[in-house]
Amino acid sequence: MAAALPASAYLGEEGKIRSHMKDRPPVARRASPWVDTLFSALAHGAAWLTLALLAGILISLVIGAAPAMRAYGLSFLWTSEWDPVQNRYGGLVMIYGTLMTSLIALIIAVPVSFGIALFLTELSPLWLKRPLGTAVELLAAVPSIVYGMWGLLVFSPILSQYVQQPLQSVFKGVPLLGSLFSGPPVGIGLLSAGIILAIMVIPFIASVMRDVFDVTPPMLKESAYALGSTTWEVVWKVVLPYTKTGVVGGIMLGLGRAIGETMAVTFVIGNFNQLNSLSLFEAANSITSALANEFGEAAPGLHQASLMYLGLVLFLITFVVLSISKVLLQQLKRREGAVT
Amino acid sequence: MKLLVSRAVVGALLGAATSLASAQDMTGAGATFPAPIYAKWADAYNKTTGARLNYQSVGSGAGIQQIRAKTVDFGASDMPLADDVLAKDGLVQFPTVIGGVVLVVNIKGIAPGQIKLTGQVLGDIYLGKIMKWNDAALTALNPGVPLPDEAISPVRRADGSGTSFIFTNYLSKVNSDWKARVGEGTAVNWPTGAGGKGNEGVAAFVQRLPNSIGYVEYAYAKQNKMTYTLLKNKDGNFVAPDADNFKAAAAGADWNKTFFQVLTDQAGKEAWPISGATFILMYKAQEKPVSAANTLKFFEWAYANGDKMADDLEYVPLPASVKDLVRKSWGANIKDASGKSIAWK
Repeated sequence: MAAALPASAYLGEEGKIRSHMKDRPPVARRASPWVDTLFSALAHGAAWLTLALLAGILISLVIGAAPAMRAYGLSFLWTSEWDPVQNRYGGLVMIYGTLMTSLIALIIAVPVSFGIALFLTELSPLWLKRPLGTAVELLAAVPSIVYGMWGLLVFSPILSQYVQQPLQSVFKGVPLLGSLFSGPPVGIGLLSAGIILAIMVIPFIASVMRDVFDVTPPMLKESAYALGSTTWEVVWKVVLPYTKTGVVGGIMLGLGRAIGETMAVTFVIGNFNQLNSLSLFEAANSITSALANEFGEAAPGLHQASLMYLGLVLFLITFVVLSISKVLLQQLKRREGAVT
Repeated sequence: MKLLVSRAVVGALLGAATSLASAQDMTGAGATFPAPIYAKWADAYNKTTGARLNYQSVGSGAGIQQIRAKTVDFGASDMPLADDVLAKDGLVQFPTVIGGVVLVVNIKGIAPGQIKLTGQVLGDIYLGKIMKWNDAALTALNPGVPLPDEAISPVRRADGSGTSFIFTNYLSKVNSDWKARVGEGTAVNWPTGAGGKGNEGVAAFVQRLPNSIGYVEYAYAKQNKMTYTLLKNKDGNFVAPDADNFKAAAAGADWNKTFFQVLTDQAGKEAWPISGATFILMYKAQEKPVSAANTLKFFEWAYANGDKMADDLEYVPLPASVKDLVRKSWGANIKDASGKSIAWK
């Protein structure tokens, strides 16, 4: 179609073309113009509908949370009391729990995923690549409730006996670490929730990392190898700089999953709405877990509004995380030329 | 011939339509605790009458909201509404079955019924004041029982629940410190303990955590053969949680005045102190008298024929005297638009 248009513009000036066109009847390429229009409308519609949904969710969250926002304002964010009997609510415990578990998850998941991706792309023998890659991806297909039950019934006793109790006896009395590892070593709390989350996000981060590592041009890698680089140097100085955008994107994908995960967390976090110590062994609560547990029975009024407020906070946390990752990516891009 | 065929078609269509939504059907929503018995009753009722019950077990709080929004014919709640709240909303409530909340423990070498507790001690455990199983208060109650020198891990519900309401209501009655610091409700500000989701969540935690104590509904403890404890009742006897003792608690309540009865800490030699009935909520002034009649017919049928089924599922049927009071209340309170009682007989 685009080619036909300039041809018609020549028609007035060049008689030759006109006569040439007369020989063969023009092919009708615009068989049904309304299909194009319809398709374009549908495509537009889909995009706008998503935006409208997002706006709608945000608006309804704000409306639902309005009573709590009026009652507590921003102090909701740093008040830790959550008392449905006295009708006093503060979101600090849940916000802290969400951020802390996600942080633990990332601290564990990022290096492990990096190792998996590195092994799969650089070190693994060819016959192992496919089955191992598929196995990692299959982990992502396990329903989160299975992780939760496994975490509670299988994993947390092991964590309690072989990790928490030894850690506690080793770090007893050490100033900062000692308080991090105080509390009841029963295998339920922030640490176990964080580890379960790490296991859940590893397949996401690892498969993204593997995919982007794979697209590094072989010429770059082979040149580096030819210059005598070790595998580590190739990955660290050639592959990683080339793929950093994708790697950051994969990590953010995992972080988003960790922040929003509900079912698995609620099984192992202990659902405890008090902030008694900074211990990682202490039972705690996360925003999603509180919402899942309390929404069904929450009385209309402040309790429900406060849960809505928590939902809004979660929305904002996700938004901030996404924005930070975008800014990070932009800065990485800007520095691309400068660092050689 | 043609006429015959078309008649047959119309008949078949009508038949299909009635089987999809019969005029006898009713909808309800609310408490999860009685959902299994409602489902069983509804199934048997469907077989005898063809009427169907669509019951959504969404939780007591949600049930109360749904009946207020009039999206269902009846709401169901484990927590009775106070009389003034009912009057304000124009609702009536009546009990259907009774259940009990049981304390279960996981201590090595302890058999079911071996440990004796009082409300005061139980409250102190859940307040975090009694931290160890060999605390003086516990050993005094249980002479000769090998209680370990280990920390107690209290377990409770994480989700809002009628079970938690009955439990915290009991603690508020028997432990003044609990009443002042925590109070009662479907969800409270628990001072200690790990929270499990649902009865199965609490049971899983108790079985998982050594030296733990938790509370679950009776049916759950019995079916899973969990290690229950004895509890001191108002009359000063240590009683075991079983159907007869829940019934004794219900018998001690004065249902004549109001159905707002939380059956905790009831007088009676045998009464189990953490018992509770579960309730149905309906509007006094019925905009849809047909649905209301269907609902009442269903519960009347369940009162008359459902006791055995309730027993099978470890619920306790209401005493006959209470059922009669409920029937009287239906006649007196539930009316159609013209003020006539709904015909349910």
